Amino acid sequence: MSIEISAVTKYFGDFRALDAVDLSIPTGKITALLGPSGGGKTTLLRIIAGLERPDAGRVVIEGTDATGLPVQQRNVGFVFQHYAAFKHLTVAKNVAFGLEIRKRPADEVRRRVDELLELVHLGQFAHRLPSQLSGGQRQRMALARALAIEPTVLLLDEPFGALDAKVRKELRDWLRRLHDEVHVTTVFVTHDQEEALEVADEIVVISEGRVEQVGTPDELYDAPANDFVMSFLGPVTRLGGVLVRPHDVEISLVPVLDGAEGTVARVQRIGFAERVTVLTDDGEDVVVEMTRTSARTLGIGVGQTVWLSAAAGAPSARAGVSA
Amino acid sequence: MGESRRRPFTYVLRCAVVGYLLLLVVWPLVLVVTHAFEGGAGTVLGLFAEPGTLAALRLTALAAVLATAINLVFGVAISLVLVRVQFPGKRILSALVDLPLAVSPVVVGLALMLVYSGRTGWFGPTLESWGLTVIFSTPGIVMATAFVSLPLVVREVVPVLHEIGTEQEQAAASLGASGTQTFWRITLPSIKWAVVYGVVLTLARSLGEFGAVKVVSGNVLGQTRTATLAVEEMYLNFDQQGAYAIAFLLASVSVLAILIVSVLRSRAERTERKATP
Amino acid sequence: MSRTTSLTTARETRAPSSARPGSSEDGLSDDGAPRRTAHRAGPRRPVSTLTRTSGLGLGVTMLWFSLLVLVPLAAVVATAAAGGPAEFWRAVTTEQTLHAIRLTVLAATAVTCLNVVAGTAIAWVLVRDSFPGKRALEVVIDVPFALPTIVAGLVLLSLYGSSSPLGLHWANTPWSVYLAFAFVTLPFVVRTVQPVLAELDADVEEAAASLGASRTTTFRRIVLPSIAPAIAAGAALSFARGMGEYGSLVLLSGNLPFTSEVASVRILSSIENDNLAGAAAVATVLLLVSLAVIGVLDVVQRRVARRG
Repeated sequence: MSIEISAVTKYFGDFRALDAVDLSIPTGKITALLGPSGGGKTTLLRIIAGLERPDAGRVVIEGTDATGLPVQQRNVGFVFQHYAAFKHLTVAKNVAFGLEIRKRPADEVRRRVDELLELVHLGQFAHRLPSQLSGGQRQRMALARALAIEPTVLLLDEPFGALDAKVRKELRDWLRRLHDEVHVTTVFVTHDQEEALEVADEIVVISEGRVEQVGTPDELYDAPANDFVMSFLGPVTRLGGVLVRPHDVEISLVPVLDGAEGTVARVQRIGFAERVTVLTDDGEDVVVEMTRTSARTLGIGVGQTVWLSAAAGAPSARAGVSA
Repeated sequence: MGESRRRPFTYVLRCAVVGYLLLLVVWPLVLVVTHAFEGGAGTVLGLFAEPGTLAALRLTALAAVLATAINLVFGVAISLVLVRVQFPGKRILSALVDLPLAVSPVVVGLALMLVYSGRTGWFGPTLESWGLTVIFSTPGIVMATAFVSLPLVVREVVPVLHEIGTEQEQAAASLGASGTQTFWRITLPSIKWAVVYGVVLTLARSLGEFGAVKVVSGNVLGQTRTATLAVEEMYLNFDQQGAYAIAFLLASVSVLAILIVSVLRSRAERTERKATP
Repeated sequence: MSRTTSLTTARETRAPSSARPGSSEDGLSDDGAPRRTAHRAGPRRPVSTLTRTSGLGLGVTMLWFSLLVLVPLAAVVATAAAGGPAEFWRAVTTEQTLHAIRLTVLAATAVTCLNVVAGTAIAWVLVRDSFPGKRALEVVIDVPFALPTIVAGLVLLSLYGSSSPLGLHWANTPWSVYLAFAFVTLPFVVRTVQPVLAELDADVEEAAASLGASRTTTFRRIVLPSIAPAIAAGAALSFARGMGEYGSLVLLSGNLPFTSEVASVRILSSIENDNLAGAAAVATVLLLVSLAVIGVLDVVQRRVARRG
């Protein structure tokens, strides 16, 4: 395991940002720290980097206890949400910074910088200033800069958060492909579940300073550990007191065994899907999603009486921690 | 506010403002220039050749440069401490740094005298025994000048330090840079212009200090008489030509300083606007 | 938004800048996902990358600051208090001194009120108006701040002295004090108000207009409250500067006792007469005013920061 985090706790004044977190980050994979804002994921990332000190616990990176090491000595590559570009240095000088600090010979620095700029497709911008680049380009430069020092781990703090949606999607794919080439252990923080599901090999869901679940995207989506994880990773609706996915609810016009009876309150057409809101006799507002075709076949209309049941084998939150 | 419709009030206000500034600043300033050159440019230049005048100018320049150098180093240091470090009493220090702007120069002179006067000061006699004369000597003038211009560098640098934030410094640290390396390679270059503005302003202010210097200098011709003191003395001794000549010189330097800062600032703004996409 | 070529910008009243170092962004709301924590991750202490150096730097800086500023100013208060409160009171309330202080306070107050109006007007013209030569005005505004005070006295003397082409012979009268104060304090309110005015969103005024507010009402109820802290800060600085002004009065006012003599001149005479205790007494009065002004500035800055 690349990074071992044991019992890490962090307070900001009275506020407990992390509560005795235990975590193992696998080597050579992309791990996402996913969770709502203020949940502690950025704090955890910064503790791994050495930009914050934990109040308790240990951080072991590649077998070395890094808990007491200052950030300068941890050999981590850190990418900030707002790029943290060295504004007065050219792109090439930015990327070269870490190597120059390490007093590498000039030609080696030049070679490595060229290599990396090619890797991130910024070769032609080598002599521009960061202010002359777009947001996406600046972030790629920041990545090249972090990779230049051949870090043990690459840490990214909401790397695409400051970019607009289209650029975000492009860079997401690009990060995945970059990792396939470079294979450095990567940890990134995000609050966007789609991003985590798309990019990461493993996802750690963190909320209120605690790890809710660790697993692959499929595991988290199909077998969520509790209501929170289930709600966070995708749309949910409550049927019979249990959370299920709206597209896993079956609507029937005829009574169904163990089904919940209710009235159709609202029908919304959203693109190819149809969203039906049903008010059950138990007082639940259940949202059902189905394709247009299915809806047409069934003939759903407002005011109708219907019966709802969860599809067989539909994933629902395991009993246990409540929301 | 539509550009097309200019209400009469706008014109009234504009005229009132321009008129006020003309009567208060522009016209008097112009008159000083004409007075200075009444005897012709040759007379003015001749006045500057006088040894007494030259000595005064030299002393002023020396004190100003020294005071500016001191305030540059400590100004940047204070700014960094105020913005990047947490410590108890920080708020008080921040407020106190502005104090020299609100204190009367005569009070400044008196304050320094009470501490460093060789006869009656708190530390003065001790310093005297070590051979260091402060009051009635150049060091005193430098200290008084440094006191009054102290906040200028800080007030320029602090907002810039706040604005650029610590991210670049954190990035540098994550790439392996030590504290000193980060300071010289990242922090200092990013506050470069603020420091420049601060230095120009400090220089201008230092060249023009009068009240505080009058108290601490003893006004000994050729030794502790600065250019500003020379203006006062010449005028009171009915050497109006001389007074106006030096006044003109000092005024020119002040206006030059304003122009330099103004030009540099607008140029910096223009490049900023062009660069950001 | 063009930043002003100001020499006297009060950083206190500038609109607070964007994200403080280290603060996390409030994320976009997740689709359908419940927010478990509604609050941010608390204030992050700025990561100081100068750890050992910063302690040393703070120490050296404090030492220098104390030797240059704090100790001398303390000496003033200590010397004034040395003779006891009775002595202090005596020194401050001699007839001549009382008159000087009264004149100084009166003139400083009057000129500050003038500056509040004039300064705001000038700032308004600089920000909202445009005409050929406006840039020259920017330079003109800064002249009184950059000009040596003794030269300022000379400058005013040329237009308002005995050889005045306007026939205004104000030298050696109390008017000279008002005039000198008005000159040296000109930039203060202007430079504190200008950046705030420049940053005001036109949207807010347009909204007021769309709701039926007249120009005056909009100014009174929308613009004025926004620039009030800036005006206050500028006024405080202007008052302090006036109270302590010396150089420009030397040649212009004649320093005539009971007529045009101000507090700072009294202090200087006391020093020249080797009456350091007396000088320190009046100086302490001025110092208290300065400290009060600094306090006002701090409060204003705090208020603005909270609002922003």
